[in-house]
Order: sequence, then structure tokens, then C-alpha cells
Amino acid sequence: MKWIALIAVTLTGSLLLFGVGDFPEWGDPHSPANQGPKLKSGEQVSKAVSQDFLTETYEVTKVPNVVTAVLADYRGYDTMFETVVVFAAGLAIFAILRVFGDGSDTPPMRAVEDDTFVEGDHSRIIIGTTCKLLIPIIQLFALYVIAHGHYSPGGGFQGGVIMGASFILLAIARDLKSALDWFSEKNFMTLASVGILIYAGLGVLCQFFERNFLDYGALKVFMISSDHPEQMARSYSMLGVEIGVAFTVTAIMFAIYANLSSRGELKEGL
Amino acid sequence: MSDQFPILIVLAPLFGAVIIGLVGSRDHRVCMPVVLVALFTSLSAVIGTLTQVLETGPVDYFVGGWEPGKMAPGIHGPVEIAKGFGIQLRVDTLNGFLLLAIAIVSIFVSIFSIRRVNQKAASKTPQFYTLYLLLCVGLFGMTITGDAFNLFVLVEVTSLTSYALIAMGSKRRGTMAAFNYILMGTVGASFYLLGVGYLYLQTGSLNMAHIQEVLAANDFEIGRSKPVMVAFILIMVGIWIKMAFFPLYGWLPNAYSYCPSTSSCILAPLMTKISVYIMIRVMLSVFGWEWIFVDHVGWSDAVVILAVIAILAGSTLALAQRELKKMLCYLIVAEVGYMVGGAWLGDPERWGMSGAAYHILADAFMTLCLFLCAGIFAKKANATRIEHLSGMFKKMPLTMTGFVVGALAMIGIPPTCGFFSKFYLIRGGIEGGHWEFVIALIISSLVNVVLFFRIFEIAFFGAKPAEGHDHAHHDDEKDDHSTNDELTLLEREAPLRSLIPLFGTTAIIILLGVYNGQIVEWIRLTIKP
Amino acid sequence: MLEFIQDNIQPYFNYWVYVILMMIGLWATIAKNNLIKKLIGMSIFQTAIILFYVSVGVKGEGSKIPIVNPYTEAKSAEVVGADQHGEHGAKGGGEKYIVEPDNYANPLPHVLMLTAIVVGVATLGVALAVVQMLFKEFGTLEEDEILAQIKNADSASPDV
Repeated sequence: MKWIALIAVTLTGSLLLFGVGDFPEWGDPHSPANQGPKLKSGEQVSKAVSQDFLTETYEVTKVPNVVTAVLADYRGYDTMFETVVVFAAGLAIFAILRVFGDGSDTPPMRAVEDDTFVEGDHSRIIIGTTCKLLIPIIQLFALYVIAHGHYSPGGGFQGGVIMGASFILLAIARDLKSALDWFSEKNFMTLASVGILIYAGLGVLCQFFERNFLDYGALKVFMISSDHPEQMARSYSMLGVEIGVAFTVTAIMFAIYANLSSRGELKEGL
Repeated sequence: MSDQFPILIVLAPLFGAVIIGLVGSRDHRVCMPVVLVALFTSLSAVIGTLTQVLETGPVDYFVGGWEPGKMAPGIHGPVEIAKGFGIQLRVDTLNGFLLLAIAIVSIFVSIFSIRRVNQKAASKTPQFYTLYLLLCVGLFGMTITGDAFNLFVLVEVTSLTSYALIAMGSKRRGTMAAFNYILMGTVGASFYLLGVGYLYLQTGSLNMAHIQEVLAANDFEIGRSKPVMVAFILIMVGIWIKMAFFPLYGWLPNAYSYCPSTSSCILAPLMTKISVYIMIRVMLSVFGWEWIFVDHVGWSDAVVILAVIAILAGSTLALAQRELKKMLCYLIVAEVGYMVGGAWLGDPERWGMSGAAYHILADAFMTLCLFLCAGIFAKKANATRIEHLSGMFKKMPLTMTGFVVGALAMIGIPPTCGFFSKFYLIRGGIEGGHWEFVIALIISSLVNVVLFFRIFEIAFFGAKPAEGHDHAHHDDEKDDHSTNDELTLLEREAPLRSLIPLFGTTAIIILLGVYNGQIVEWIRLTIKP
Repeated sequence: MLEFIQDNIQPYFNYWVYVILMMIGLWATIAKNNLIKKLIGMSIFQTAIILFYVSVGVKGEGSKIPIVNPYTEAKSAEVVGADQHGEHGAKGGGEKYIVEPDNYANPLPHVLMLTAIVVGVATLGVALAVVQMLFKEFGTLEEDEILAQIKNADSASPDV
């Protein structure tokens, strides 16, 4: 096995380094990817799409954060499937690991602790109080990251992960059961589906106005009081899409943790 | 409405999956109707798109309306949309037929899966069907997309769902096989992603057609640069890992033979074939025929030799197997060799590539037929090894007939489609001067003859099953009248939900063979414009 | 030696690092015996690709993150024909912001890598679930021990 690995690594490595020799220099603003491919004679073959993304995004979508606009609008079809990948991962882990019943055939991962408060066990007080204080702030921050993705780094994936992390923190600090009381298995599986339904539903809604799938400009009819209805429709639809992504990611992040940490029994966890 | 057909192909199973995810866990009986409705919607959308393609040429669909050359309304007036701005879907005659094949195969397998899914873990049925529909989404999406990066995302959708489908029902060896599959699949997809990155570095675009335009500018000046060559090698190696091409096939036999038969029935016919399609698509629509076969003649020879080794190794290893499913898996390795070799023959009339494209369709149905039979044998007669099949002609004549048709197609006997695809491949081999490929094809056909007639012999002359029966004399013609009068036969035979897909598949195998000339002509509209 | 580094490695430093990282990952994926170590290798392998893509989008010292601030850009704005589009620019003003693309990093690789990161997380999660199943079934995470157990089971009952 080691020999195969050595051969594979050497071959791949030398192939990749062979390619690096002809790369444009690192950080060159005139490289083909940044400005568009050029021939040796200096003639420009075509313009790189990223140029247009930067110059026209605010014009077309009224979203300052170009990454968000590319993610949720120009390449929104990609992002929808990215959400589907997350959804599929959650389902896959459920399908592989989840065991139903009391799970008495497998030994517990650790001895079940007595839940009563032990005199002198201050660590629990500290952890419990800290979590109590932190979790609402984390969740608020998650909502901010989701909603502010148009103006600053952020968006559905990042916010969703932070939101999921708040539930995971609860599960670590206390136990999985109390986290599941907040956010039960049925709820997070439903929420994950709802997220994709929001995303794809918004796309299909555009089709009802005789535009293509995910052409948010079609939703300008809902932007009654806006000066730039089409651009604002794009902007708000992106927010809607990000919320859908956030639903799925929140649910699946917690689902992955819950299943992995409890060997699919969803009982106690780490 | 009709201009929305291409996206509907992908959306119907996606919504089906979401609906099952929402309501499936409350009532498991919802699953099957939703699956069927979603897949039949896809099928009709595919047929609609395909008729458009045959009438008016390739159909393009721009998701989000980002059609190059059109004007997008900006705050200060319209803005022209550049090439490669959004994501493009493209249906032509090459992938149109493949979409049709995917739709039909997935419908057959879903009918086959009724009441078979996970009997030991019935509570996971909705999850199974959600994953199943997502797998279909991935397969449709991979086939239809015209964007190099979107292809990667959909490859991952397909891979993740197939990891789950393989791992969810398997035991010990199957789980280990699933783990190896995950590692290999991820490395393969990463190589593909890296290759797309190298292309992006050189061309600044992700749209396949746009990349080709840039590469071909000024007599392939950019196309001749080192990063593009490395990109080509990386993409090819990545796809070869995914399709289990010769030196990289290690993961496939175990993964497909130890997983539940419903999963193997959908994965074995489609996964490797779609990878072959992607290879042809990348060769034709990203790099272009001239770049590969005119500029780099040596590559073609090397790959054809690899394909020859793949064919011979797959056939030989299949001969050594005693387990039916594992034998079929090694045959897949050999069939992948056929298709890769055919696509790389490089004959100027492109018969090899046309044959490979036609063989994708033919092989999908041949493999489906054989795997359906293997699933029925395993379930109904508990026969997983070749010896267990003794007396099967008497015990389950209908299933065995289906098996015979699939086997004859695999061997390549007219009028089944297997004969004609081999015919086109051999024609390509002769015109391209690759005699080693022609010889390998013939040897492999002979090996298939030995392989399947060994099974026929066991099944026909082997010891009779427990309740002896002096009924059958001939294998083929007796089915029609024996189904009605023999209640015992009905009891012994597989249920209708397994037989309908099986006979549908055999019918398609023969239809594909009969209409091969017309289909290949249509496919060649794309391959040799 | 120094000249070689200056000519061939320094301008491509990120690319060299990505190749090295990737090879470390590939080595671990193939050669390591422990399944978790294999998965760590797989993750390093994927992360190396992310480094590569992000390096492609870098635009030197002066560039900022790709968030176009219309209020700072307005300084370099010029007024476009108000007579043509005046009716649209009632509140936003008739001036179009001229964005200089070289001032901002290339947004496309960032978007693509967001996808790749998510895919990596998803794959890792599924792989960990499979590893847990393997541990449940074999009681070990060493590949050779698992393969030995499979072999023993095969030779014990070849007909199953």
C-alpha cells in the first residue's frame, strides 16, 4: 500500500508542479481568471466573467456584496444543489446510523450520570450559566449574519452553521436530551425540507411570471413601493433564498452532530 | 410552458424528494405515489425536450434568465449580459437520449423497489426514497448541465446519495466497501474540481461552450499551454476514478455487490454510464475533438491500450467469480473499457465515439436487466451464487427468460442492442487502426459466451428444484401460455412488480437494437456535426 | 539555488504550498492504516484545493474584499445621461457608479469554494457515519484488522 501511495503521490505531485510552471504569477490582477484570457499578441480573447460580476452587480441587483449576489443569483442554481448536498448528507447519516428502539443492545458511550446536583461540582454551574448567557447571543448573531449577508461577509450557510452551533453547544454543555427537547428530530428533519422548499419554491414562483427558473426579476410585481422594483426584487429574493439555506444548514448541522455523537440513538451523546 | 421543460426534468424529482421529506415520515404509503408521479413528470418533460431537440436542434436553458447577449435591467438602464454569466443547461441529441434512459431506468427500479426496501428497517423507507429521488436529481442534473462547476456540485449530490444507498443496507463487507467508495469517490471528484480550477485559471470562465471558444482561439494558442494539459489529465483521471476505469476500478465490485439489490439496480446501470457520458461531453464540448486527437495523437493510443487491458482484466476476473452479482460487477469493469476505448479510438469519422455513446444507452438497459434478475433470484430463490441457479429455468421461467435476453445482449447477439453497439465500436476500431481494441472486443465477447452459457447450462440442466414438474420443454415460447394456467408457477415466479420492470427492460433492449440505425444517426448529429 | 527560488517558487508560493498540502493529504488517504487518519488526509486533500482556488482570485496588494461600497465609489462616479434614464433615478440620482474591478478581489473563486467547503463537510459527515458503523461491526478502526476479519469470515463460511 505504501508503495502505491508513494507512486501516486510522486506522479500527481510532479504533474501538478509541471502545470504550475506556466501559471500567471500569484496575485496578478491581469491574470486570465481576473481580467480575461489574452493571446501572446496581446489580443484579448474574451472578458473574464468576474469583471462583469464586479462592475454590474450593484447596477443589476442592488446588492453591494458581490459574493452574495453571485452565490444566490447568478449561480443560484449551484447554490440550490449545494443545499441539496447538505440535505442529502443529513439524510444519509440518518439512513446509515439511526437505530430505533431503546438501543439496549449497544453499550452506552459513557456511564449515565446522575442528574442531581453534587455539592462542590462548580464546573457545572459555570458551564451552565455561561451557556445560558451565550446561546441567545450566538443565535442573535446567527440571525444577523443571515440577514446582513448583502452588506457584509455572511449569508445562509455561515449563519446556519452558527445557529446550528448554538444547539450543539447546548448539547455539549448539558446533554443531547435537553437539546432535543428544544429542537426535536421531527422538527429538524422537517425544517431541512422546508429550507429547500423555500429555495426551489422561490425559483418556481418566478416561472409563474413567465420567466426562467430563479429569475428573481419576475417578482417585481410584489415590490409596489420601490423605485427600482426589479433590482429590489432580486435583492429581497436573495434574502429569501438565504433564509431557506439557513433553515436547511441549521437543521442538518445539528442532525449530523446528534446522530454522530449518540451512535444514531439520539439518547445521550458525548 | 414548453420552454421550461429542461428545468422541469430536474425539478420534478427534487420537489418529490422534499415532499417525501416533509410528509413521508408520517405516512409511509405516500412515498411510492410521489416517487412515481415525480419520475413520470420528469419522463414527460424529457420526451417534450427531446422532441424539441429532434425538431429544431439543441435546446438551451439559462437558469435565472442570464442569457448571454440579452439585456438585464439595471438601475441606470440595461446592462448587457456577458458569456458565462449564469448557468446554462443544454440538451442535444447526445444527452437527450441519455436523459430518457435515466428516466426509464429510474421508473423501472422504483417499481421494482415496491415492498423490497429495507424490510429490516422499515422506518427508514421515506429516507430511502428521498435519497433515491435526490440521486435521480443528481443524475439528471449531471447529464443536462452545460457548466463545468455545476457538474461538480451535481456529481457530489449523486455521490453522497449513492454512498448512503450503498451503506444503509449493507453489513460488514458492504460497509467497508462503502468506506472505500467514499474515499475513492471524493478523490475522484476533487481531481475533477482541480481540473476545472486549472481551466478557470487559464480561461476565466466556467461555461463549457465558452471555455471551448477560448481554448480554440487563434489555433489553440491558450489550449496548448501547460495548465490546460494538466487540467485535461486531472479531469480525465477524476472521471476515470468515478467510472471505475481499469487501474482505478478497485472500489466498484465490492461496493455494488454487497449492497441491497434495489440500490445496486439503480447504481450499477447508471453511475458508471453517466461518468462515461461526462467524459465524452468534456472531450467534445470543453476541449474539442481537434485538440485531443489532432494535437495529441499519443494520448489516444495510450488510453486505448488501457481500455484493452480493462476489457481483458474485467472479463477474466468475471470468469473467476462464483457469485452472480460480483460477476456482473466485473463485467461492468469490462464494459467501461469498451466505452472508454471506443470514445478514444479517434477514427476520423467518429464511429468509435458514436458507438460508445450508443453503448451507454445499451449497456444501461443490459446491466439493469441482469441486475434485476440477480435481485429477483436473491430474494425469491435465495440464490446469490452461480451454483444456486440450478434448475432455475423450471422454477422461474419468466425471470430466466429476461435473464437470457440480458445475457444475449451482453454477449452481443442480434437483434439485441449489444450486438449493434459492438458493431459500431468494431467499425471505429478498424477505421481508427486500433486492431488491439477489435481483438479485445471479440475475446471479451467469447468470454461472455462462456460465462453466460455456463449459467444457462446450470440453470437448464441442473438438478430439478424440490417439487419436480414435467411441464417445460422449451425455454422461450412456453411462457405465454404457462403464465395463465399454472398457479404454482405464479407462486414460484417473481411477483408482478418485479416482472413488469424486467420485461419492460427486455423490450427496450430489443427495441434499441431494432432501431439502432436511427438512434445512432441522431446521436451523430451531436458527435459529428 | 537562491535564484531558482526567486524565479520559480516565490511568485508561485501559494501554488507550491497547495501542491505540498495536497500530496500530504493524498499520502494519508492511501497509505495510512487508521480509518480516521485516512479521513483527515481526505480533508487535507480537499482543503488544498480550496487554497488553490482562493489563490487564483487574489489581485495583489491593493485589492479589497469583493463588497462594493456605493458610497465610496460615488466619488469616482460620473453623471450619465439623465435625460435617458432620468425617470428611473428619481431618488438614487442619475449617476452611475464606475467600479474599478482591479480594486476588488475576484469574487467567483470565493463563491465556488463556499460550495466546495459545504460539499467537504457533507462528505466528511457521511464518511464519519460509515466509520462509526464499521466500529460497531468490527470493533476496530485499523484497516488491516478489518480486512483480516473479513478474510477470516470468508474462509470460515465460503458459501455465505
